[in-house]
Amino acid sequence: MAMEPYRLTIHELQEKLRQGELTAADAADSIFGRIAAVDERTKSFITVMRETAMVEARKADEAIRSGKGGPLTGIPLAIKDILCTKGVRTTCGSRILQNFIPPYDATVVRKLKDQGAVIVGKTNMDEFAMGSSTETSYYGITKNPWDLERIPGGSSGGSAAAVAADECMASLGSDTGGSIRQPAALCGIVGMKPTYGRVSRYGLIAFASSLDQIGPFTKDVEDCALLLSAIAGYDPMESTSVPIEVPDYRSFVGKDIRGWKIGVPREYFIEGIDPEVLAAVEKSIGVLESLGAERVDITLPHTEYCLAVYYIIAPAEASSNLARYDGVKYGYRSPEAGDLIEMYRKSRSEGFGAEVKRRIMLGTYVLSSGYYDAYYKKASQVRTLIKRDFEEAFRRCDVILTPTSPTPAFRIGEKTDDPLQMYLSDIFTISANLAGIPGISLPCGFSGDGLPIGVQLLAWHFQEGKLIQAASALERNAEIKKRRPAL
Amino acid sequence: MKITKAEVEYVAGLARLEFSEEGKEMFATQLNSILSYMDMLNRVDTSGVEPETHAISLKNAFREDGVWKSLDPEEATKNAPEERGNCFRVPKVIE
Repeated sequence: MAMEPYRLTIHELQEKLRQGELTAADAADSIFGRIAAVDERTKSFITVMRETAMVEARKADEAIRSGKGGPLTGIPLAIKDILCTKGVRTTCGSRILQNFIPPYDATVVRKLKDQGAVIVGKTNMDEFAMGSSTETSYYGITKNPWDLERIPGGSSGGSAAAVAADECMASLGSDTGGSIRQPAALCGIVGMKPTYGRVSRYGLIAFASSLDQIGPFTKDVEDCALLLSAIAGYDPMESTSVPIEVPDYRSFVGKDIRGWKIGVPREYFIEGIDPEVLAAVEKSIGVLESLGAERVDITLPHTEYCLAVYYIIAPAEASSNLARYDGVKYGYRSPEAGDLIEMYRKSRSEGFGAEVKRRIMLGTYVLSSGYYDAYYKKASQVRTLIKRDFEEAFRRCDVILTPTSPTPAFRIGEKTDDPLQMYLSDIFTISANLAGIPGISLPCGFSGDGLPIGVQLLAWHFQEGKLIQAASALERNAEIKKRRPAL
Repeated sequence: MKITKAEVEYVAGLARLEFSEEGKEMFATQLNSILSYMDMLNRVDTSGVEPETHAISLKNAFREDGVWKSLDPEEATKNAPEERGNCFRVPKVIE
C-alpha cells in the first residue's frame, strides 16, 4: 500500500504533485481525514478550515496543471492562532478575542497564500503565547502526540503537535522566549526562530515586540529551509523587518561542515538537566565531530541572568501591548459594565486568564513610577551584556550547540501551580530572543520512555543558512531511528 | 515582602484589572517570589552599559507620505462589541 499522503514532508508531496501522482485535493482530503481521526485526542486545532482549504486545493491543482506551481503550491499548512487570517476567527488562545475576525491577513499568511499553500486551520496555543505548555488556552489543552498525558510544550503547542501528529505538512508558530524551539523539541520535529527582523511581524498579535519572531515547524530540515525562504523578507508594513536579501535556504541543505567550529557553552550544561537529554546532546556533538567539525568550549558568562531579564522585559512589553484590549474596538466586552472605567476593568478581568493577568501585573509593576530604573532599565542593560557574550562567542565558532529544553515533555498539570518552575523550562531558549539571534531545534534522540529529545543550534544574526547547514548534517548522520507517535 | 496587598490593588488599578480578595493574596505571594528571583540582577555591574531595547540596530523607518487605501469604516467597526453608524459605542463618559 502506498504511504498515506498525510505522512509526507513538503518536499516529498511537492514532488508527487509535480509528477501528477497526487493532486492537492487528494493531499488536503488525506489531511482532513487525519484531523478527523486524531484531533479529538491531540486537540491541536482551535479552528479547522475545511471548506476554504478545499477551494484553495482545487485552485492549486489548476495552477500545477498549467505549470504555474511553486514550492508551496497545494501544500497543506497550519497557522498558529496568533496570526491574523482575513475572515477567519483569530483568538490568540484567549476568551477576550473569542469573536475576533481579522479584516486582513498577516504578511506571512498572505505570502503563503500567494504561493498557493492550502491553509487547513488555526492551531491552539497558550493564551497570548504566554506559557510553555499550551495549558493556558481558553480553548482547552493540547496533548503531546507521543504521550497524551503530557504537554506538547508551548506556547506554539498546537502547531508542534499538528506537525508531529501528521495533521498538516508543516505549520507556523511564533517564538518570544522559546515558543517554537521548545515545543519542536518536545514533539520530535524541527522548529526555527529566525533572526529578529528576518520575518515580518505584521499581523502577528503582539506579545513582547522586541522579542517576538515568526518561524516554521516542519518534519525535516529541508522543509524548514523551504518554508523559511517562503516567509522571510522585508515588509514595508513592518518597520523592524530588515531589508537584507533572502538567500535560497534550501541550497544549504546537505552541504559539508568540515572544519566548522561548534561552540559548546559550559553554562548550558548544568545540574538539573535530565541525564538522557545530556547524553543525546553529547552524542550530537560527537556526530558533528565525526563529520570533520571541531568542538570548541566557549563561555556565555551572563547566561544565569537571562531568565530574570526575560521575565522583566517580556511582561513589561506585554502589559503595554495588551492595553489595547479594552472592550471598545474589538474583542470581549463585559455585559455588566456601568461606566467606562468599569467597562475596561470588567472586560479585561473576565476576558484574560490567570497567566496573562499575572504577566500584565508584573509588567505594570516593573514599569510603574519609582521601579522603572531598578527593573526595566537594569534588565535592558544586562540584555546588552548577554548580546555581547554571543558577539564574543561567535568570533570563535560558527554555531553554538545546546540542549533545547532541560527535560523531555512533562506531565499535564505538573508545573501549573508554580509559575517560576514553568518559566525555567525556557532556560536554554530565552537567550536567543534577548540577543535577537536565530536558533533551530531538531530531534537528537529519545528518552527511555520514548519521548523525543531536541538539540538546539544558534548562529549570529542573519546566519540562518549556517543553522540549516549544520542541522541538515546532523539530521543526515545522527542515525536516529525514524519513529512516529502511535496515535 | 516587596509587594503588599495594597500595592497589588494599586497596580491592578493601573492595569485596569480587578481581583477577588483571594486573588490579591495569591498575586502578592506569586509576584513576590518572582521579584525576589529577579534580585539576582543586582549582582551584575552595569555601570556605563547602554540599555538594549532592540537586538538589531534600527534606524527609524520612514516611508513616502503617500495616500493609499485603508480599511473601510464598515470593516474597521465590524468587530466592535457595540457600534452605531460606523462609530464605536461606549458607556457614557461625561455626566
